[in-house]
Amino acid sequence: MSETEGNIAIKAVNLTKRFNGFTAVDKVNLEVKKGEVFAFLGPNGAGKTTTIRMLTTLLTPTGGTIRVNGYNPLTEQDKVRKSFGIVFQDTCLDEELSAYENMEFHGILYGVPKVIRQKRILELLDIVELENRINDYVKTFSSGMKRRLEIARGLLHHPHILFLDEPTASLDPQTRNQMWNYILDLNQKENITVFFTTQYIEEAEKVARRIAIIDRGKIIAEGSAQELMLKTGTESLEEAFLMLTGRIIRPEEATEIDQMRLTRKLMKQ
Amino acid sequence: MEAIYIFWLRQIKRYFRSKSRLVGSLAQPALFLMALGFGFGPIFEKAGGGNYIAFIVPGIITQTILYTAMFAGIDLIWDRQFGFLREMLAAPVSRFSIIIGRTLGTATIAAAQGLIVLFLSLFLGFRPFAIGRLFFSIGFMFLIAFLFTVFGTALASVLNDVQGFQLIVSFFLLPMFFLSGALFPLDGFPGPLRMVASFNPLTYGIDALRSCLINISHFGLAWDLTVLGLLTIAFLWLANYSFSKTQA
Repeated sequence: MSETEGNIAIKAVNLTKRFNGFTAVDKVNLEVKKGEVFAFLGPNGAGKTTTIRMLTTLLTPTGGTIRVNGYNPLTEQDKVRKSFGIVFQDTCLDEELSAYENMEFHGILYGVPKVIRQKRILELLDIVELENRINDYVKTFSSGMKRRLEIARGLLHHPHILFLDEPTASLDPQTRNQMWNYILDLNQKENITVFFTTQYIEEAEKVARRIAIIDRGKIIAEGSAQELMLKTGTESLEEAFLMLTGRIIRPEEATEIDQMRLTRKLMKQ
Repeated sequence: MEAIYIFWLRQIKRYFRSKSRLVGSLAQPALFLMALGFGFGPIFEKAGGGNYIAFIVPGIITQTILYTAMFAGIDLIWDRQFGFLREMLAAPVSRFSIIIGRTLGTATIAAAQGLIVLFLSLFLGFRPFAIGRLFFSIGFMFLIAFLFTVFGTALASVLNDVQGFQLIVSFFLLPMFFLSGALFPLDGFPGPLRMVASFNPLTYGIDALRSCLINISHFGLAWDLTVLGLLTIAFLWLANYSFSKTQA
């Protein structure tokens, strides 16, 4: 590892993913420095989630190379997996387990030793203000509480990078604000790299040091909020975003999982 | 190893927290045992077949195990649907340990249910023929449970909607049950049906249990064990292969 590489948390070169002839991610180049708060923006269906899934070993790229914390997600899966924490777009907690049990499950999978695990779980639940709900089943939690629990869980194994895929969707402004406070605090204290996507452009403007905008699978702009506004001659990041990606609403196909959820909802009624 | 343990534990915890599953899974075998046992019992005895309850207990135990084990696949589909599968797939553990931990968990539950049915049957007058063999029967219950859990899991790895899974599994269950010698001796089957029964894994499970519990066997315990063991390995390979293709 050369000295410049040592400072890089995420590097993707010509990253490409094709599904049955449809190119979801098209020769994407990304470089995120250690300790950086990086926003990955784009309209629905632009390729954000697909990119995150490839960076986090959940999806095999069609082409290109990736380095996450210096490791290759294709050949060093477990090393990559241990080095990041992730909060997915959709909640992925076991609702039949308690908050503590969800955390414990995670800690064991990531090989966190028992003594450290027990201490760290309580600390983190305290930070996300769930200390009074430790033994309550997750199914009794509000969506904001679930999100907080997921963030705490993502941090349990001391990751170097935290991936957040639309972490604040469906949260009220209070919870959103509070959530960013925790994350930025951790970014400062533990030098955790934060890679996130969001639909709230003002959020990216506020917290991200660097922003990349992806559209139709390609990175179309990159820089700080200031730079992007300057480049497009706009007054806010949202205007710059719309200038770059257009104002037309994108058609987006429901994923298989969305369809399954819908059937389940209909079954319940 | 610890990962396998936590996958196992999660299956057990989830099962015990679902009271309806606990009761539901035992109500059916109890009904079968009583209705069939007391209904056909006298006829079977008159025809010189011996004690019918004793004859069907191994069959009903296996049926109980079969249902719980096969429907375990639904858990996997739910986990994918609720997104929890991603938590496991993004973790630094092998796909194989996920499969093993989960299937061992459900197999433990299914085997325990089989044991409960065995216990219940004692109240209906069932007596195992030798205490020593009783321990073998527990081992076989676990093997049967594991075999069918793995089979259900393999099926669930390639299907991703619950309705489809239920349809396919239900399609398998009844023919498997009726063509397994659970309720009647295989010797009375006409040739072609006996052929079909000999391709049914359940047949060997029931035969093994019957051999352990009432000392009646069609194929012999060694052959039963060989068939069940080889099938388990084959299905385990299949489940691991199809699950390893899973991308979250």
